[in-house]
Amino acid sequence: MTEDGPVTATLHRLPDLVPPPTELPPRTAAVRAEVRAFLAEEQAAGRWTPRADVWLSGWDERFSRELGRRGWLGMTIPQEYGGRGASALDRYVVTEELLAAGAPVAAHWIADRQIGPTLLRFGTEEQRQRFLPGIARGEVYFGIGMSEPDAGSDLAAVRTRAERVDGGWELTGTKVWTSGAHRAHAFFALARSAPRDEQQRHAGLSQFIVLLDAPGVQIRPIPLLTGAHHFNEVVFDRVFVPDDMVLGEIGAGWKQVTSELAFERSGPERFLSTFPLLVALVGELAGTSGAERSAREIGGLVARLWTLRRMSLAVAGSLESGQAPELAAAVVKELGTRYENEVIDVARLLVATPPDPGAEAGFARLLADAVLHAPGFTLRGGTNEVLRGIVARGLGLR
Amino acid sequence: MSDLLELAESIFGDAASNDTGFDAKLWRTLAETGLARLTLPEEAGGSEGTLEDAAVVLTAAGAHAARVPLAETDLLGGWLLHAAGVPLPDGPLTAVAGELEVDGTTVRGELRRVPWARAAAGVAVLSGGHVVLLDPGPAEITEGTNLAEEPRDTVAVDGPAAAVVAAPDGAAAELRLRGALGRSLLLAGAARGALAAGVRYAGERVQFGRPIGRFQAVQQQLALAAGEVAAASAAASAAARVAADAGFAAPSTRLAVAAAKSRTGEAAGAVARITHQVHGAIGFTREHDLRLWTTRLWAWRDEDGSDAEWNADLGATVLAAGPAGLWPLITG
Repeated sequence: MTEDGPVTATLHRLPDLVPPPTELPPRTAAVRAEVRAFLAEEQAAGRWTPRADVWLSGWDERFSRELGRRGWLGMTIPQEYGGRGASALDRYVVTEELLAAGAPVAAHWIADRQIGPTLLRFGTEEQRQRFLPGIARGEVYFGIGMSEPDAGSDLAAVRTRAERVDGGWELTGTKVWTSGAHRAHAFFALARSAPRDEQQRHAGLSQFIVLLDAPGVQIRPIPLLTGAHHFNEVVFDRVFVPDDMVLGEIGAGWKQVTSELAFERSGPERFLSTFPLLVALVGELAGTSGAERSAREIGGLVARLWTLRRMSLAVAGSLESGQAPELAAAVVKELGTRYENEVIDVARLLVATPPDPGAEAGFARLLADAVLHAPGFTLRGGTNEVLRGIVARGLGLR
Repeated sequence: MSDLLELAESIFGDAASNDTGFDAKLWRTLAETGLARLTLPEEAGGSEGTLEDAAVVLTAAGAHAARVPLAETDLLGGWLLHAAGVPLPDGPLTAVAGELEVDGTTVRGELRRVPWARAAAGVAVLSGGHVVLLDPGPAEITEGTNLAEEPRDTVAVDGPAAAVVAAPDGAAAELRLRGALGRSLLLAGAARGALAAGVRYAGERVQFGRPIGRFQAVQQQLALAAGEVAAASAAASAAARVAADAGFAAPSTRLAVAAAKSRTGEAAGAVARITHQVHGAIGFTREHDLRLWTTRLWAWRDEDGSDAEWNADLGATVLAAGPAGLWPLITG
């Protein structure tokens, strides 16, 4: 059409940025109703109060065990390992109900979201028997040991060394930002099992299952800016990991870690961290004289939320059918975590109540927690800048 | 690629040009291949496709900036006339909600911003409790356009209509939703077209010794545009899916279409802004084809209800449902 040539060729080269729409199977309506009724009952009994960013901060082992008792943890784990053998879409429904309610899910979060599926994919029979039943019962909690002081976005720069010793490996190094390590039982540590090769930076990395009470493991708090203790530094001083606790293949750590990213990046936790604040905002506005003026802003937030959920479901459906839509997953996380911040912006515009970190509950407390936790939303699990880099690569720009 | 997508891509791709006005040749092809009346029943000359099929074809039409009243013929005018029991005239149709004085089969009044009226074989009007079919021939047509130079004409009538019948129940609400759904799908397509233009240009334009797409600053901007395109596509196609499954009378469809028109409208502004910035001055000229998509994005975001209008609608629904009703609305 112009000197640039027709755009048709570029159009056809553009990747699919989002999989086709997925509808939840009708059977999921029953489990949704059960979870909702349970959550209403728990709240009515005053067992917990809705909070923002619960999957980082809401540690409640009684609640996790209760979910396990009801069959709502490790749902995709086969029955022989103590799970239900349900589909990822069933798990999706339970998870989004828990997050939307602002329920305390942090204790089991990592174990349920990624440790279970990873053990099923890469774990040995013995490892599965050992950990999966406890995960499904809500009794065994895990962390993730990837980041290090000099390896954040550049994960291939990890320096924790795994040295071959008789009967296993010896780990030495430091992991940081490990959520819940002070209360979890074990974590997956990514370590360098072969010397670094500048030509193949992703080679020579391996994953190990490390028990957090093993000799030589030191766990120190890294308080958040609020002073709250969720993050930790985990230091290994020649920690022995037996051969039977190697996860997957030695040297395949990078492939194993990145294969889980589409699961980790596209879930409802990437856009629901501030949903309890949105609920409180609607509560502040509904029935007031200003409601009509605010409707437009509320509608804008709801349109974005509805869309993000549809995108996230489309990725979940695609994962369920065996694809790995990494590009779409990166897009969900990039848009979703910015949306979590936008809820705060709109809440501040529409309601004059200042944030109050000392309040027991309600709008002021949710706003305080949301503001103070917001910096993490666009950092954890891959910064938005890194995610946009992944999208740019998908577009063929790099 | 599905067969339907492949067919649509090939037809609209072949027709792509930077001309203005009704593309009669493209319309003949669409009629011959059954795409012009895709979702209508066979007795109305249609192909009995689903709304999801329409989603595929309208998105492709938007991506190639097709100059035909496809949504107007298939989703709007054709649907309204058929639902009211009026036989459909051959050729392209258009539809509008307006106010006409109706006296038996004689109608009088003025309809504003009627899409493609000058090219249409019939204008379907929803006026109060009536569905009126107008033959544009005897009507007085004053030409107007939207920002993309698509016809948005004023139609003045004073005389006999081709048909006047009672409107089916709920026609006004459904016509509004159908219009917004069709426009959302076109917007999602146009956003993808603009993104493709941006990616193409970033790969070709060399400054500081390398294609500008090699600079992270440009990559990050195009990635943001891609996110908006993804959101627009997801919203529009999911709304089509919900409407196909639940029907236009369902509250879930009303919410889905409102969200889709709002989200595609929001994406439109962002994608147009970013792709123009990436193109520099050349994209701002008549000779360059970027305007084919960006002017459509700017025009369409304000047609069939702007994002502001649908947000107000959505927000009122949410505030009426109250805090406990919000999450059930989202998941319903």
